[in-house]
Amino acid sequence: MLEYTLIPLLPLIAFVINIIFGRNYIKDKAHWVSVPAVIGSFVLAVAAFMDVQSGKVININLYRWIVSGDFNVPIGFLIDPLTAVMLIVVTSISSLIFIYSIGYMHGDKGYYRFFAYLSLFVFSMLTLVMSNNFLLLYFGWEAVGLCSYFLIGFWFDKKSAANAGKKAFIVNRFGDFGFGLGVILVFLTFGSLEYTKVFSDAGSVIGKTISIFGYEVNTITLICLLLFCGAVGKSAQLPLHVWLPDAMEGPTPVSALIHAATMVTAGVFMVARCNPLFSLSHTAMTTVAVVGGVTSIFAASIGLVQNDIKRIIAYSTVSQLGYMFLALGVGAYSAGIFHLYTHAYFKALLFLGSGSVIHALHDEMNIQKMGGLKKYMPVTYWTFIAASLSIAGIPGLAGFFSKDEILWRAYAGGDAGRWLWLLATIAAFMTAFYSFRLIFLTFHGKFRGTHEQEHHLHESPSVMTIPLIFLAIGAVASGWVGIPPLLMEHGDRIGEFLAPVLGPPKGEGSHAEEWMVMGLSVFVGLAGIFTAYIMYLKKTELPYKIGEKFQAVYKLLYNKYWIDELYDKTIVRPVLSVSEKIILGFFDAKIIEGVVNGVPNLIGAFSQRLRKIQTGMLSHYAVAMALGVLVIIGAVIFLK
Amino acid sequence: MELNKLDLFSIRLIAPEIILISIALILILLDLVIKRKETIAFVGVLGTLTAAYVNYKLCAMGWTGSTLLGMFAFDGYANFFKLIFYINIILTIFISLRYMVLEEASFGEYYSLILFATSGMMFMASAVDLIVLYVGLELMALSTYILVGITRRQVRSNEAALKYFFLGAFSSAFLLYGISLTYGLTGTTNLKEIASALQNLNLLENPILFLGMILVIAAFGFKIALVPFHMWAPDAYEGAPTSITSFMSIGPKAAAFAALGRVLFDAFGPMHVQWSSILIPLSVITMAAGNIIAIAQTNIKRMLAYSSIAHAGYALLGIIAGTHGGLSSMMNYMAIYAFMNIGAFAVVIMLRSKGFRGEELTDYEGLAKSHPAASALMLIFMFSLTGIPPTAGFIAKFYIFMEAINAGYTPLVIIAVIFSAISAFFYLRVVMYMYMKEPKAHVTLSTSPAIFLTIAVTAAVTLILGLFPSLLVELAKMSIAGF
Amino acid sequence: MPGTYIPLNYLPVLIILIVATLVGLLPLLLGIILRPKRYYPLKLTPYESGNPPVGEPQSKFSVRFYIIAMLFVVFDVEAVFLYPWAVAYDRIGLYGFIEMIIFIFILLIGYIYVWEKKALEWE
Repeated sequence: MLEYTLIPLLPLIAFVINIIFGRNYIKDKAHWVSVPAVIGSFVLAVAAFMDVQSGKVININLYRWIVSGDFNVPIGFLIDPLTAVMLIVVTSISSLIFIYSIGYMHGDKGYYRFFAYLSLFVFSMLTLVMSNNFLLLYFGWEAVGLCSYFLIGFWFDKKSAANAGKKAFIVNRFGDFGFGLGVILVFLTFGSLEYTKVFSDAGSVIGKTISIFGYEVNTITLICLLLFCGAVGKSAQLPLHVWLPDAMEGPTPVSALIHAATMVTAGVFMVARCNPLFSLSHTAMTTVAVVGGVTSIFAASIGLVQNDIKRIIAYSTVSQLGYMFLALGVGAYSAGIFHLYTHAYFKALLFLGSGSVIHALHDEMNIQKMGGLKKYMPVTYWTFIAASLSIAGIPGLAGFFSKDEILWRAYAGGDAGRWLWLLATIAAFMTAFYSFRLIFLTFHGKFRGTHEQEHHLHESPSVMTIPLIFLAIGAVASGWVGIPPLLMEHGDRIGEFLAPVLGPPKGEGSHAEEWMVMGLSVFVGLAGIFTAYIMYLKKTELPYKIGEKFQAVYKLLYNKYWIDELYDKTIVRPVLSVSEKIILGFFDAKIIEGVVNGVPNLIGAFSQRLRKIQTGMLSHYAVAMALGVLVIIGAVIFLK
Repeated sequence: MELNKLDLFSIRLIAPEIILISIALILILLDLVIKRKETIAFVGVLGTLTAAYVNYKLCAMGWTGSTLLGMFAFDGYANFFKLIFYINIILTIFISLRYMVLEEASFGEYYSLILFATSGMMFMASAVDLIVLYVGLELMALSTYILVGITRRQVRSNEAALKYFFLGAFSSAFLLYGISLTYGLTGTTNLKEIASALQNLNLLENPILFLGMILVIAAFGFKIALVPFHMWAPDAYEGAPTSITSFMSIGPKAAAFAALGRVLFDAFGPMHVQWSSILIPLSVITMAAGNIIAIAQTNIKRMLAYSSIAHAGYALLGIIAGTHGGLSSMMNYMAIYAFMNIGAFAVVIMLRSKGFRGEELTDYEGLAKSHPAASALMLIFMFSLTGIPPTAGFIAKFYIFMEAINAGYTPLVIIAVIFSAISAFFYLRVVMYMYMKEPKAHVTLSTSPAIFLTIAVTAAVTLILGLFPSLLVELAKMSIAGF
Repeated sequence: MPGTYIPLNYLPVLIILIVATLVGLLPLLLGIILRPKRYYPLKLTPYESGNPPVGEPQSKFSVRFYIIAMLFVVFDVEAVFLYPWAVAYDRIGLYGFIEMIIFIFILLIGYIYVWEKKALEWE
């Protein structure tokens, strides 16, 4: 079983080789190191999946990192059905995106660096999902974040990219702070960080409370909410969603891998992993469901009017992540993971497809300046269509099965669930609408760009299109493992597979209701596509008119509810000015610079004064030594 | 005393020391006939490896015990420290080769003196008798005085050596006075016998014995640079050739810690309450002065000198704890400190080139742009010295703090953690200079395969021990088992 | 018994110490007391023979004096060590013999070193 430790280690080795030898020796052959490594991980992940499918749960403690009295920190891996699904998702999509990057990043001056960081990311992500304890989870959690900032700011010469990296870092600080506190609280409560121990003892903590500033707070609820803080940051949920659209400044393969398929789903994975804790707290579950439901419609509504191709998909990601949290919140953990799994394929495909478009148009990202690309880029077009149909929830495709299950579980999840179902259904309409708005504006109609661009239009090289085709297969077929029992007896194989870890879904309802929910979701999906068809292919003046008529709404959506501006005014600016005045003024200028430049200040001056004791005179030194002994003797005599 | 009863066979237990001293003597003679200093260095390394191998063999055969009429102990505790000394010799020689040529002080005696100093340290680590301890200490000290002043054409080196010598003589006087008071009251210089005499003769409350103990502590405090006996350290560290600064910040310090641990645990064990009450304030002011004054330094060697003072303050916590766990965590600390500190000094040495000292903090500005690899390694060492996981420095601090807490010294640990946080300030300043400033002058690195190897090994060990601390922790625990 | 130990055996040492001090001081004191005190310039010059002194009395000595002095001390100590060793030779036997050989051998190496480094030559 130890060979499975190679799953994260192979990409780590690739990272080390690339970072050490990349600059001078490997250069533009970096993919020969990273791609085999990640494919190797994929093969091992498949083997692990087979093992798990045959009923094994692999829980190995490799070694104990720190052992000291009661405090001991093991380093170990847990491969159960949940991890196995995540491993397949992460390694398969990484493999495809690595291959795609060979074409996309070709000729970039940071080619080796790109593959090095990407490999490091895959290592971190795999550590995160394979960990068997909270500390390693936390390590992976921070490490994927770090790689994400590196990669968002990959083109650090570009100011907007560097700023986006910074923004992601800072916004995630808020969430990770809570997450860190959550992990500490887990240790204080359970005396261990190992999943098995924590989850098996979870029951014994029910009803215990912690006093915070005089308020009695339920321990489990507090732990769950703190952990969920981390998830809100990492998975870009309200109100910490602002970093994700900006993160699109990074190279497109990064957007596909990190900001769509894997890293942003870490929050979903973590909540699912901690389901024994979350299930014990009604408050926490409701919070998760409401945050998810509201985020799904909120982000989808913004997506309706955006013009940047990658940002539309980014808002779509935020919205789909909202669906997943909605599922988790109503107790349908396996539905959430199922959607995570299908979403990874069609969303990665959307990003890579958009990357292919951007590549062809020489970094043009505004869909208003595209159009008619269908005939130039057939492979990109058809794979894009597959992904969009999937996300719109057209029956038979992957997105249909997973989204339908979430909607049904939400509907069946009581009164609150009913309301959230309504939100999610409206969001589903929006999803279908903006996805096809994107397609019609990009691939249909006439080309609206410059002649120069039109002249160079071309399909991407096969090293880029072949991953698209593979992902398209995933976008179509990956949902077939989760056909609802309503349509096919024992069709929900993924749900059954995950049941030992995540438990059977809750909620009840009649067959009639289930048919109704399904029918409605298909209807809104089709309606969304049809509306987009009318507005962007038939009556192209319509969007403009609507925009004029509902100017307030349009502006609100176009400016993303002014959330960025709100944060800027209420948080960023005050903090900046305070930190500039206090932190920068005091620490940077006065202490760091001041000590060097001789500007007096508190510690610096103290330090300067203390160093004067060091006169350089031998006799002073000798006197100091003798005085030292005398003082000790005196102290001993007088203090006795 | 019947000298003939000396078990000649038990002499084998000092075989490593005999080998080392013989090699040192051979190096002196070789220096007369061989002009290539690299050859002498090579023989020195070879001899050290032989001594280490013999030492390992003796351990592997499971021989422990004492020799030289019970004055010299061959046990796990001593062997652990000897391991540090062997590593210290080899790495010091590696970083010296090219550097001493640059300093125009490439003498054969240099390598011989390193071996002499180290054999003195080995006697200190093994000494279970105050006389042997003293002789070992003097052998180490005299050799180090010369090494500090070996760049004899540099005034600051001469000054450093002279100061170190005079103050060292002063501290030797303390030690001898302490030893003679102890001897006068207990009638023995053997550590175990002192301990039993303390009980049997009812000396635990004797003020004169207490005075003797204070003087012994002061003398060792001088060697490990505890405030206020630290005054020599910054001057000597700055003035000495950098390779010797690195050597001195590890070898003599570890040897003095070894001897202090053994004397306080073995001889004055019953007086733990008394000596810990002396050491606690010493460690607090040591951490305070070391960390705070380091902030004001602009010369990196001086900064590392204060950092070394501060680290002595942390390591002292292991002895203060007064438990076997504390002692083993102190041993851990010394071993890890050896690696990360030699690594840091090796980078400092690389910056030295013909006509360029490379010792000012400002010389590190923008180093990451021109020399990314060296900067990345320096970053590892600085993180480790600060104690940031997953580097070994974190492990060292973690275990020593944990043991101190277990022994009931939580307030002291809180103080240590606060000063440790302050220390981030000047260590990370180096990192900030390297990564966030624009390079001012062009810095060329004086690399050589030996120095490359040193840095690679120390960086690798710093990371590996950070990830797999049990390798070292278990070794330290095992070493102390029979203590 | 340690702790209450009175060093009676060392009484002769103390007596010798006192006697030696007296032997050194008494003639000087007697001279001061007994000699006639008549000072004049010629009598106060360093050399009454009439040689005028040349240069300052606190001039630097050549570093070679120190080297020679140090070497003298080293080999003097060797000789001092040989003395008790010879006295106790019949009791320490072969072991003592080997011990002394090693000691002399180490000094011999030092001697060769000093010789080769030309520290024994005056110019």
